[in-house]
Amino acid sequence: MTVKQTPVVVDRSRLPALRPVRRFPFPAITKSTLANGLGVWTAHHPQVPMVGLVLLIPTGSADDPAGREGLAAITADMLDEGSGSRSAIEIHQDIARIGAQFDTDIGSDAMLVSLTSLSRFTGRALELLADIVVRPALREADFVRVRQLRLNRLIQLRDMPGVIADRIFARLLYGDAPYGHTPLGNERSLSAMTVDDIRSFHRSSILPGGATLIAVGDCDHATVKAAVEATFGDWSVGSDRPSLQAFSTSSSPRLTVVPRAGAPQSELRIGHVAASRSTPDYHALLAANMVLGGQFVSRINLNLRGSKGITYGARTSFEFRRQPGPFSLHVSVDSAATALAIRESIDEIAAIRGDRPVSAQELEIGVAALTRGYARNFETLDQISRAVAQIALFDLPDDYYSQFVPRVEAVTPDQVTEVAARHLHPDQLTTVVVGDLDQIGQNLTQLDLGQPAVLTADSI
Amino acid sequence: MNIPFTKHTLANGLDVLLHEEHACPIVAVNLWYHVGSKNERPGHTGFAHLFEHLMFEGSEHHDSGFFQPLQAAGAALNGSTNADRTNYWEVVPSGELELALWMESDRMGYLLPALTEKKFVNQRDVVLNERRQNYENRPYGMASLAMLAALFPPDHPYHWSTIGEIADLRAARVDEAHDFFRRYYHPSNASLAIAGDIDPDAALALIRSYFEGIDPGAPVERVRAEASLDGDRRILLEDRVELPRLYLSWLTPPMFAEGDAALDLAADVLANGKTSRLYRRLVFDERIATDVSAAQNSRELCGFAQISATAAPAHALPALERVIVEEIDRLSSEGPTDDEIGRGRVQAETQFMQRLQTVGGFGGKSDQLNAYNTFLGRPDYFNEDLGRYDRVTSDALRAAVGTYLRNTGRVTMSVVPRGRIDLAINESVPANVL
Repeated sequence: MTVKQTPVVVDRSRLPALRPVRRFPFPAITKSTLANGLGVWTAHHPQVPMVGLVLLIPTGSADDPAGREGLAAITADMLDEGSGSRSAIEIHQDIARIGAQFDTDIGSDAMLVSLTSLSRFTGRALELLADIVVRPALREADFVRVRQLRLNRLIQLRDMPGVIADRIFARLLYGDAPYGHTPLGNERSLSAMTVDDIRSFHRSSILPGGATLIAVGDCDHATVKAAVEATFGDWSVGSDRPSLQAFSTSSSPRLTVVPRAGAPQSELRIGHVAASRSTPDYHALLAANMVLGGQFVSRINLNLRGSKGITYGARTSFEFRRQPGPFSLHVSVDSAATALAIRESIDEIAAIRGDRPVSAQELEIGVAALTRGYARNFETLDQISRAVAQIALFDLPDDYYSQFVPRVEAVTPDQVTEVAARHLHPDQLTTVVVGDLDQIGQNLTQLDLGQPAVLTADSI
Repeated sequence: MNIPFTKHTLANGLDVLLHEEHACPIVAVNLWYHVGSKNERPGHTGFAHLFEHLMFEGSEHHDSGFFQPLQAAGAALNGSTNADRTNYWEVVPSGELELALWMESDRMGYLLPALTEKKFVNQRDVVLNERRQNYENRPYGMASLAMLAALFPPDHPYHWSTIGEIADLRAARVDEAHDFFRRYYHPSNASLAIAGDIDPDAALALIRSYFEGIDPGAPVERVRAEASLDGDRRILLEDRVELPRLYLSWLTPPMFAEGDAALDLAADVLANGKTSRLYRRLVFDERIATDVSAAQNSRELCGFAQISATAAPAHALPALERVIVEEIDRLSSEGPTDDEIGRGRVQAETQFMQRLQTVGGFGGKSDQLNAYNTFLGRPDYFNEDLGRYDRVTSDALRAAVGTYLRNTGRVTMSVVPRGRIDLAINESVPANVL
C-alpha cells in the first residue's frame, strides 16, 4: 500500500499522475513426473478452500485425420459419458455430489479437462477425473446420441452469422491443413464416424506421455502427487508428444460473401495466416495488436465504433498456436456500412506497417494496458491453472509470467513497425462477409478486391 | 464464509462499502446506480441502457473518452444495465485507486456540461448496432423481448426489454438524457464498493474528498407495479432458425422473497446439467429435444421462471411440452429426492465460494456487496443468502413448484422457422415484438 495518509486535495484540472505498479508474484510451480510420463504440476494459491484440477492433453482438432474432422472434439465429449460400469448420468451424479464443476475445452493444439471443487473433495475429484479420462466407457449407444447432438448443433450453427464467418474464414486460410476446420467438424465427417474411431483415437492420442495434470489452490505438492499416483498411475504408457510438422496453407480469393438475406448487419472477418507461439516477435506483436485493434481504445475500434458509430465493437487478434495461427479482425457492422468498414479496416492494417507508424504515446498506452493490469489475470484458480497449462503446452520457461512485463515494456515503436511490416500483409488479407448480398453487393465491387466469390454457409 | 467489510454513508447519502484483501495488487471500484429499464416509461424504452453508454463519453473535467486514461493506467473496466440497476466498474493496479475515483466522481458530479448532441447521436447509433448484433441478427434473439411483452402488461415496467424498442431509441433526444441524469445519477441513489489491496482509512479519505462535494439529489421514488397472469397465453414468433424452440414462463416471487431460492433449486433439479430430470428425459432418453434449460429470473419487483427446450430434428413442440408438464407435475407431487436436495446445496456452496475468488468485475465481491446493499440495504447478507439455499427442504421445493409453475397463469411461446407457423403449439397467436 502506498496511498498517503495526508489530506487529499482534489485537483480537477488534471488527472492524477500514474504511480509505480507493485510487482505481482506468480505462484511457484512444483513439478514431478510419474513413471508413465504424466507430468504433475502444482501451484499453491490458498485464497479460497478450493482446488482446480486441469488435465492438459496436447492433442487437439489439428490432430483430426482427414475425413474425420471433429474426431478429437467428439472424443473429448465422450469422456464423461460413463466409465466402467457407471453410466453417463451416474458419473455426473458423482460429480454433482461433491459440487464440482466439470468442463472440457478443445482447441486446435490441445484439450483441457478440468474439475474444480471444494478442497475437502480433492481426492474424490482426482478419482473421478481419472475414471473419466483414463477409463471412459465409450459405448456405442452413447456415441450415437452424442453424435446426434453435435449434428443438431451444426444445424443450429447455420443460423449464427458469427460462426458461419469463423468456419469459412478458417477454411479459406488453411484449406485442408490441420487448422482449416473448427473443432466441431462437419456433417459429412461426423456422419462417417463410428465408435471404433473414437476408441482408437482414445487409445492412440489420449496418453500420459506429454500430458500434464495441473492442480492449483489450497493443496500441497506431495499430497497431490501421491493422489495422482494412486489414480492415474496405471494409465498406460504412451508415446511422447508428436513432433510438429510444418504444413502449407492455401491461397484464397480476397473477398468472399456468404449471403444472408435480410441481415441487418454484416459479420466480417479479415485476416491471414500469421505467426506461431514460438515467434521471437511475440511480445512486440502483442503490443502492435493493442494499438491496432486489441482493445477499446485501439485504432480500428475508435474508428469504426467511436468516429462512425457503425458497430458495437471491433477487435483484432493474433492467435498464437504451435503452428502459425491466424491474425484476424472480428466485427459486425451495420449492413449499409459494409464496404466502408472493410476499406477502413484494411487501411488501418496497412497504415500501422509504416505509413502511419505507431507513436510513442500510442505504444505507451498499449503497453500499459498489457503490463500495468497484468496482475488481475492471475486472481482465480481457473486463471492460474490455465496460465500454468500454457507453460506446459508451449514449453515456456517457469518464470515466463514474471518475465512478461519487462519484455513487453522493452518493446520500442520502431520494433512495432518492424514486426507489423513482417507479419501483416494487406495484399494477402482474406475478407469474409456474412451479409445481405442484395444490399451490399454493389458497394463491394467498388472495393478493389476483385469480384467477390460467393459461398453458401454449408459449402464447407 | 463471508466478505468482511465496513460501511460508511457520506453526508450526501452515498453508501460506501470497503473490503480489504491483499492477495493480488489490484483494487476493484464498483459503483451501482439504482436505476434500470424499470424506471423508463412506455414510448421511452431503452433509455437507461443508452444512458449507460453516454457515461463513457467524457465529463466536464475530462471531456474525452472514459476508457483512455484508465486503460493507459492498466485498468479493466465496463458497465451494464438491467431492468433494476446500472453498474460501472474498474479494476485497477493498487496505486490507481485515486484515478478511478477521480473519473467516477467526475461523471457522477459533472457529466452534463460535456453531454452534447453529437455524442448522443453517435451512441444512439452504437446502441442500434448493439441491438442488431445481439437481438435482431441472432437466432432466437427476439424471444426474450416477446416473452417479457407477453408476461407483463403494457404499463408494467418489465413489459419492455432493457435494449428498448427501435422507434423509441430513434426518437430519444439529448435533453431527455439531461433530465434522466438529474433524476437518477446522484449520490443518494448510488452505492460505491471498493474491494482489494487498500488501506481502508486512506481509501475512505480519498472517497470523501472526491464524492462528498456532489449534491445528494432528490430521492428517487420506488417503482411499484403489479402483474398477474390468467389462463395459458400462447404466442408464436417466426425467426431465422432451423429448429423450433418452446418457452414456458410463469410469474414468480421477487428476488430474496419466500420461494425465490426454492425455485432456483427447482430449476436446477429440472434442467441444470446431465443429471437433471428434463435433460434425462428429453435429451438423454427420449431424444426429442437437443437442449433444455430452466431458470428462476430473480428481479426486484417480480420474478419469472422460464423453461425452454429446442426440438431435435423431426420432433415437434407439443411432445416437448407434454414431457415438461409431466415432470413439473411429478416434482410438485413427489418432491425432489434427498440426493437432489443434497447436490443442490453443495453446488450452491461451491458457486458462492467461486464468487469469493475475485474482487471486481461482474459478480465479484465488490459487485456482490453492492447488490446486497442496493436491493436489501444489507451488504452483510452473503451468509444469509447461502443460508436461504441450505434451508430449502424437499417440502418447500415441492410447494414452490406447485404454487408457481402451474398450467394456468403461464405463457407458452413457440419460436419457429420462418414460414412454419404450423410447427407452433396449437392456437398460438403472433407475438408482439417491435
